[in-house]
Amino acid sequence: MGELKLMKGNEAIAEAAIRAGVDAYFGYPITPQSEVIEYLMAEKPYETTGMVVLQAESEIAAINMVYGAAASGKKVMTSSSSPGISLKQEGISYMAGAELPCLIANVVRGGPGLGTIQPSQADYFQATKGGGHGDYHLIVLAPASVQEMADFVSKGFDLAFKYRAPVMILSDGLIGQMMEKVILSEHTPRWTDEEIIKISPWATTGKPATRERNIITSLDLDSYRQEQHNIHLQKKYKEIRENEVEYEEYMCEDAEYLYVAYGSSARIAQKAIQLGRDKGIKAGLLRPITLYPFPSEAIRRLSQQVKGILSLELSAGQMIEDIRLSVDCQMKVEHFGRMGGVIHSPAEALQALEEKIIGG
Amino acid sequence: MKDEISEIVNVENLVYKKTPLMTDNILSYCPGCGHGTAHRITMEVLEELGIGENTIGIAPVGCSVLAYEFMNIDMQQAAHGRAPAVATGIKRTWPHKIVFTYQGDGDLAAIGTAETIHACNRGENIVIIFVNNGIYGMTGGQMAPTTLPGMKSSTSPYGRDVHIMGNPLKMTELVAELPGTRFVTRQAVHTPGNVRKAKRAIKKAFENQINFKEGVNFVEIVSNCNSGWKMTPVHSNEWMVENMFPFYPLGDIKVDGELVNK
Amino acid sequence: MTEEIIIAGFGGQGVLSMGKILAYSGIMQEQEVSWMPSYGPEMRGGTANVTVILSDERISSPILTEYDTAIILNQQSLDKFEKAVKPGGLLIYDGNGISHHPERKDIRIFRVDAADEAGKMGLAKIFNMIVLGGYLKVNPVVELDNVIKGLKKSLPQRYHHMIPDNEKAIMRGIEIIYPVKGS
Repeated sequence: MGELKLMKGNEAIAEAAIRAGVDAYFGYPITPQSEVIEYLMAEKPYETTGMVVLQAESEIAAINMVYGAAASGKKVMTSSSSPGISLKQEGISYMAGAELPCLIANVVRGGPGLGTIQPSQADYFQATKGGGHGDYHLIVLAPASVQEMADFVSKGFDLAFKYRAPVMILSDGLIGQMMEKVILSEHTPRWTDEEIIKISPWATTGKPATRERNIITSLDLDSYRQEQHNIHLQKKYKEIRENEVEYEEYMCEDAEYLYVAYGSSARIAQKAIQLGRDKGIKAGLLRPITLYPFPSEAIRRLSQQVKGILSLELSAGQMIEDIRLSVDCQMKVEHFGRMGGVIHSPAEALQALEEKIIGG
Repeated sequence: MKDEISEIVNVENLVYKKTPLMTDNILSYCPGCGHGTAHRITMEVLEELGIGENTIGIAPVGCSVLAYEFMNIDMQQAAHGRAPAVATGIKRTWPHKIVFTYQGDGDLAAIGTAETIHACNRGENIVIIFVNNGIYGMTGGQMAPTTLPGMKSSTSPYGRDVHIMGNPLKMTELVAELPGTRFVTRQAVHTPGNVRKAKRAIKKAFENQINFKEGVNFVEIVSNCNSGWKMTPVHSNEWMVENMFPFYPLGDIKVDGELVNK
Repeated sequence: MTEEIIIAGFGGQGVLSMGKILAYSGIMQEQEVSWMPSYGPEMRGGTANVTVILSDERISSPILTEYDTAIILNQQSLDKFEKAVKPGGLLIYDGNGISHHPERKDIRIFRVDAADEAGKMGLAKIFNMIVLGGYLKVNPVVELDNVIKGLKKSLPQRYHHMIPDNEKAIMRGIEIIYPVKGS
């Protein structure tokens, strides 16, 4: 078993990155995730594992530093919070187009605009539907604990390199600022130059006489070739949808009502279920762990069993669209969620189930 | 006639050949444009220094967005203006590789100003080749940050009025003031003599990157854009000498980390 | 066993660190723990609070509206959280600066005048440990040994020389806490 620590979610991401053999972190401070770069700067991994940590002049510069290093085969990441992630969208779209693996952590805060620094889940659309321009998806992981914040770093990189695609960890200020017990994995050494060339033969690592030059680009002025590239990307997303769905069921065996909630809202839903069961209300929770790909099959299956579904999100209702699509609008699906940085309480979440699903 | 040519074209008479670091793809630049020459001398320098296999180049958006079609080395295409950040990402994680950006004036001096200034100020150990033709060539001749006062473009059809449109930006002088730059120079490629000088400057820039651990080496090449300027190639070069050079004077601005006295 | 605690007071009173030591103590006795602070500008000079949960089971929501225990260090927090204690729950407060005292009859109320006591002991900086001691007297959710172990874990090495003072403060808190009559 690895080392046991009490850590904030943000610190867990940083420590996990060092231990996962990440080559570089490029970031720009923004609340509520500045602890990621603060922790890395304090730990000085450049003196131990050789991991580069650099505070960029902007989120835009940071994501483009990620682009350069990722295009050269390195394991590289950035993190930010909502307004900063909006700034990174150009670079993220380029990386999706150029098929570059990387990890982006979004510790979401309330919006729109400068919004607030308190937790929110209102960036679901941005994260799962593309975010930047063009037809693309990120693989989106939604941690619901500090342990998962740590675990999803290496999981994210595994997926990123498996599919040559950017992966996003979508958390929020609650998971980022909260401290919990975390068991840290053992140190994985950074890849050697030889390993990088073997793992990512497409990367720009310098052209030896023995191969053609490697070009990293998202541009093709020939529309027909660009269409072929898009078809290739869509095939990849289909493969991801078929193979990488992850979710967790909580008290679903005898559930008559279902919450669907991810991240911090999933934790609140669990408590609401406990409160409900004290009153004789049999509710369960389907917690998507991957938001893209979305666990549509599991929701469809559970919809045969339950009388109604409540989507619990810290937003005006975004994931609810995917839930309704999952059940083909064949059953009652309602939304409840506080907005702008206000967190719904377990009691409110239970009341919403009672009013909108059971009584509604 | 045929016999005469075959007598001349043979190995013993070889005085010049295309560097293998340029591909055989047909250049997409307009005839008369300076980009082709700037590409070639850059690749010749890499060949002469024997670093082609160890070099990663970055071409962001602009006329040279397709530089990767012509430069026979590993290349990355970058978002508009972001090349110095992309170069930072590569160089920081591959410190023993040679990294350069090849950027135009709209890219480097407008949308990418922050990335340029900060990469220069951090002293990233990279080479920046900055081709300044005072106009947005690729998108059809719009005003650039470097468009001269009074100069016409499709977005300053009556000439650049500095009171409305602001002043042209001398990025090269600006970055020379920053402690992170080692070598800053302004060159041109419109005559054989200037081509030789520009090539020497590019060579010095890459040698610096090899020999030192930090410091940006920044080579501006003032060039023509006969299409965007709506002139013949010859006329555009004359116009450049008469109008561009007085505003953007050629020569070294900073050498070995010290500003050159004027 | 699950204990859901809110600790609230002014920023700089050691609210967050008291919560952290409690959480570490819980880890030392192999419990599940969560520590969720209020964060942001309100911390700077304003009120600070942290929700700490210790449990033998996996913890669900780290955010709560009702608590088993409220540990209160200023008037605003008392006004806000007195009503949030579950019936039969526990409220501990420092009387320093309190003009409007708690009034509920359906909860247990204890007072620990830690700020005054810390001043007398010359340990103003660790007055929060006196409060913690008081809490552990009334509700020994964690063992004292585990608190000391938790302190060692949560304090950087350079502050380890202060552990004996912390221990002294905890012991003092155990001595001076008293029940408020009528509650």
